[in-house]
Amino acid sequence: MYAQLVETGVKRIKDLSEMSEQERAFQEKIDSEIKIEAKNWMPDAYRQTLIRQISQHAHSEIVGMLPEGNWVTRAPSLKRKLQLMAKIQDEAGHGLYLYSAMETLGADRDEEVAKLHSGKAKYSSIFNYPTLNWADMGAVGWLVDGAAIVNQVVLQRTSYGPYSRAMVRICKEESFHQRQGYEILLTMMRHGTQAQKDMVQDAINRLWWPSLMMFGPSDEHSPNSAQSMAWKIKRQSNDELRQRFVDQTIPQLELLGCTCPDPDLKWNAERGHYDFGEIQWNEFYEVLKGNGPCNQERVATRRKAIEDGAWVREAAVAHARKKQNKNAA
Amino acid sequence: MNNKTDLIEYLLRLGDSALIQGQRLCQWCGKAPALEEELALMNVGLDLVGQARNWLEYAAELLDDGRDADHLAFRRDERAYRNLLLVEQPNGDFAVTMLKQFLYDAWHLPVLQGLSQSSDERIAGIAAKAVKEATYHLRRSGEWIERMGDGTEESHKRMLAAIPEVWRFTVELIAADDSEQRLCEASITPDIASVAAQWQAKVEQIFTSATLPVPAAPNYFYLNARKGLHSEHLGILLAEMQFLPRAYPDATW
Repeated sequence: MYAQLVETGVKRIKDLSEMSEQERAFQEKIDSEIKIEAKNWMPDAYRQTLIRQISQHAHSEIVGMLPEGNWVTRAPSLKRKLQLMAKIQDEAGHGLYLYSAMETLGADRDEEVAKLHSGKAKYSSIFNYPTLNWADMGAVGWLVDGAAIVNQVVLQRTSYGPYSRAMVRICKEESFHQRQGYEILLTMMRHGTQAQKDMVQDAINRLWWPSLMMFGPSDEHSPNSAQSMAWKIKRQSNDELRQRFVDQTIPQLELLGCTCPDPDLKWNAERGHYDFGEIQWNEFYEVLKGNGPCNQERVATRRKAIEDGAWVREAAVAHARKKQNKNAA
Repeated sequence: MNNKTDLIEYLLRLGDSALIQGQRLCQWCGKAPALEEELALMNVGLDLVGQARNWLEYAAELLDDGRDADHLAFRRDERAYRNLLLVEQPNGDFAVTMLKQFLYDAWHLPVLQGLSQSSDERIAGIAAKAVKEATYHLRRSGEWIERMGDGTEESHKRMLAAIPEVWRFTVELIAADDSEQRLCEASITPDIASVAAQWQAKVEQIFTSATLPVPAAPNYFYLNARKGLHSEHLGILLAEMQFLPRAYPDATW
């Protein structure tokens, strides 16, 4: 999940009898699957939760350009270079859609970006892991975008209209990226040398668990989920989505001819699902807190980009003003 | 057969320049002054690398020595590279980057327009498609020169500082060598004097509107990328770009 731990600030969910008339009308609309639009009344906590979730999602798209930017100058063929450039461009575009969706809630893009740079706002933990070989570009497409899609497909039905519509557009492009990523790995496994096959397995070993963490804390440790589900911002629980991801990904892993770095992974015929091992939750929370392998570099890079670019943005504003004055005269 | 050798050289010049310019734009990933610019820089880079692939594929076919476009891009050393000196220069700040882009675009567009009329149908086809992209590139980079030149005091100062950093490399844009002269006479490539005049006019128009001084014509300075005589920046750029195919020569990506 791109926005994997979103505070709702709500300790206990109100039932309909405890709600004001406005709140009740809102909840009834949610319950009958009517989309909430920008000008509709909404509880302040709903608005704030969405701002946090959509901004976190947008920040993830932007920070997510960095692990790929690390390899775009070193892509091994013209075709792969073009694919990666197109993908990075799409991600910048997704960031733009999402910031726009967030702004319909009255939030300011620059203010939210400033929170990212001060460490106050989060982004997906996955982008705090380094990309160490070319196969990481395939594994990021396949596993990371794959995990994002599982989450985002459900978010197409999220209760806030502008967010749900952004997800529809984004999902189309993400599915394309995921197939491309998988094809990178398949090519290396089927036509590559032993060194390339080792790269693929190494990338999977490093990115498997961080990808599972993208769905957020387990349901029992996800106190904010209940309210998000009641508001239908979230439509399915973290653990349900994680299970779906594992179930659909393992056959793809087998088709590659790779192994999963989880000794506890096995098919459970009774449940009709794969059982899998325990996530290192300590690592997950540490990475979210800022203590992951690349947290410092990622935020520093983004902060530097915006600081170094200040004079460029100021020039654009000054020039636009001059032109406006000239036209008025 | 003379034309064929000239043509291969010319295709490498076009392809290598687009590729190296695209590679420089890749280095901006995640570092642009605004999100819209992340998108635009990668978009322009993508167009250029795409064009490079088309030119190099054609060059590889004419060479017919078993090398393909990837081989030409990722296995040639700097002495065999034929890109313009201008595009291999470091990105510097946004003023340097956009000035390089503008000076290149203002040359690239009339070249492509001329090539779209080439007697070589393959060239005419590739160029016709690329003209649409280069038209967009030039509009965008020209607008940035105006915004920065006629923006704030600081942006004006940075533009003034950027000009001497890259201006001398434009000497290559306005002079043809014998090989290009022969291709022009065969109606394969446009007349370089006409390209140079269009380039000069565009630079004067945009610089004037950007309140920037138009520098005097650049002098020849004893480097010549057409002969593979590059600045010291290209070798490092290629070391990064070519690392994987060089380290794993038997690999399939």
